[in-house]
Amino acid sequence: MGRYVIRRLLQMIPVFIGSTFLIFFMVYALGDPVAAMFGDRAPDPATAARIRQELLLDQPLWKQYLHYMGQIFRGDFGTAFNGQPVTELMGTAFPVTLRLTLVAIVIEIVVGITLGVLSGLRRGRALDTSVLVFTLVVVSVPTFVSGYVLQFLLGVKWEWVKPTVSTDAYLNELLLPGVVLALVSLAYVTRLTRTTLAENARADYVRTAVAKGLPRRRVVTRHLLRNSLIPVVTFIGTDIGQLMGGAIVTERIFNIHGVGFQLYQGILRQNSPTVVGFVTVLVLVFLFANLVVDLLYAVLDPRIRYA
Amino acid sequence: MPDKTTVTPSSVAGAGPGQTGSGVDVSAPSVAAASELASMGGVNKPRSLGQDAWRELRARPMFWTAGILLVVLILMAAFPFLFTGADPGHADLRNHYLGDPQWTHLFQEDWFGYNKQGQSVWARTVYGARASVIIGICVTFAVTVLGGFLGMIAGYFGGWWDALLSRLTDIFFGIPLLLGALVLLQAFTHRTVWTVVLGLTVFGWMQIARVMRGAVITQKQADFVTAARALGAGNGRILLKHILPNAIGPVIVVATIALAGYISTEATLSYLGIGLQPPAISWGVDIASAKDVLRDAPHVLLVPSTFLSLTVLAFILLGDAVRDALDPKLR
Repeated sequence: MGRYVIRRLLQMIPVFIGSTFLIFFMVYALGDPVAAMFGDRAPDPATAARIRQELLLDQPLWKQYLHYMGQIFRGDFGTAFNGQPVTELMGTAFPVTLRLTLVAIVIEIVVGITLGVLSGLRRGRALDTSVLVFTLVVVSVPTFVSGYVLQFLLGVKWEWVKPTVSTDAYLNELLLPGVVLALVSLAYVTRLTRTTLAENARADYVRTAVAKGLPRRRVVTRHLLRNSLIPVVTFIGTDIGQLMGGAIVTERIFNIHGVGFQLYQGILRQNSPTVVGFVTVLVLVFLFANLVVDLLYAVLDPRIRYA
Repeated sequence: MPDKTTVTPSSVAGAGPGQTGSGVDVSAPSVAAASELASMGGVNKPRSLGQDAWRELRARPMFWTAGILLVVLILMAAFPFLFTGADPGHADLRNHYLGDPQWTHLFQEDWFGYNKQGQSVWARTVYGARASVIIGICVTFAVTVLGGFLGMIAGYFGGWWDALLSRLTDIFFGIPLLLGALVLLQAFTHRTVWTVVLGLTVFGWMQIARVMRGAVITQKQADFVTAARALGAGNGRILLKHILPNAIGPVIVVATIALAGYISTEATLSYLGIGLQPPAISWGVDIASAKDVLRDAPHVLLVPSTFLSLTVLAFILLGDAVRDALDPKLR
């Protein structure tokens, strides 16, 4: 196990370097951060040259990248163009998004797996059909549509919840945004659970369990569910990274000042240090989430052993 | 869109068990498939993958629902003037600012009311279909070609090629589609449909590449490949004539399902202001400008949203149907 973890960690290094360099390239080589600083007006050439030199932007790209990476390992993510250190922005943004993601994941797990199990055990019945239709509808409606519609209905028209989230982003305020963020993945979790459950229900070990006279409840929870949830866990694990990056739309709709909000502002204003810094952290989160999922595999499925 | 699925059959076709004289053949899997078919349908004449898929598809109400939706949608994208005589760009602030829908005026200019600029919501919705359809289909095509090519190289040649291309896939996988497309597209000040296609393709090919690689690795060890090589076929011929027709099934499935996602992502990009730009007419652009008047005139947001969702739904249904038809194991 230990050797496997080390090997995986080593494999992560080139991927990490590649992904961050890709982002670095797109932001610094394709875009023009200095021109962006001046907005719509053309910068004074002398000033622009001075800023370029200060920010090392006159160096070749690989040198800039090495310099940037060197700073990151000292905990310095640079300074956003408004003078605020990027780490400070991260300090306020990541806890908010983390909470939002947690709410979304919990909803995904509880509602998604429940619906999936219910419909998987009753394949072909009315409940199964309605759950299937529900997942199809949910998957078809893009997040920004469902977000605005739910915000309008629940927040503005019926006034059940507050339509926007305050700067502190308390958990109860994050409930509706959490639902919106979770919706699409929730539908996938439901369908995945349903399919694997229905597949495994025909397996030999289930027949054996039924044949030895175990109560249905025990067959389902101990034998069927435990084996069926393995792909679901994989999906949820990889979804964590996706959700944190994908919160751009949700955070914009509900005015949540999290990672997605900062990233979007950074991209709009071509605030290069913010964009590169945040994406770097997101890539790390994504890579580690994948590693944890692979390790969880061995816990859930004793047949898998990592040497 | 049945032609999407029948693209393969012509290349897979023929090669039944009796036809071995022509030297190289694709019969090995076809024999297996044929015997399966025979036991399933009670038909003795072997059918190709495409014919089999088409039979499966025809029997599904889901496929026909998706098909009808898609025909309407494609007509709308190709000939918008068939659906509305109104000009989507014509704005009349004086009379029509946020005019309410007139539900009885079917297909008229004021059927779904007017937006903030006094433009007909129905006309804009009809004309907005084109961007979504073009982007969805072009990205899927580009992604299939690029991802399919890289996956084929990685799977077939293995070794260094595989190691290199697999790491490249991992690198692009580390950046979510929406995020990567956002960062890439912000570098372009003037964005057209083709820039958006480029942005989505650059960060969309990885899944196809992985699926193709897996399929090619499985097929590579089949007897018919060894036979073809023994008969002196080169790498190019083996790949294109023998492995590709047998490996393309799962790729088509993944591509069809992904199509819906690309349409949704394009709308999201346009909504965020980093996809298509006004005066381009697109559902995403219209929804973005409608959100500010949601309280007073929800119809301006709901009409394009409904059409967008129906489009995504149609492609998802098609994807599901194609998957069930092409990949019996996933059923």
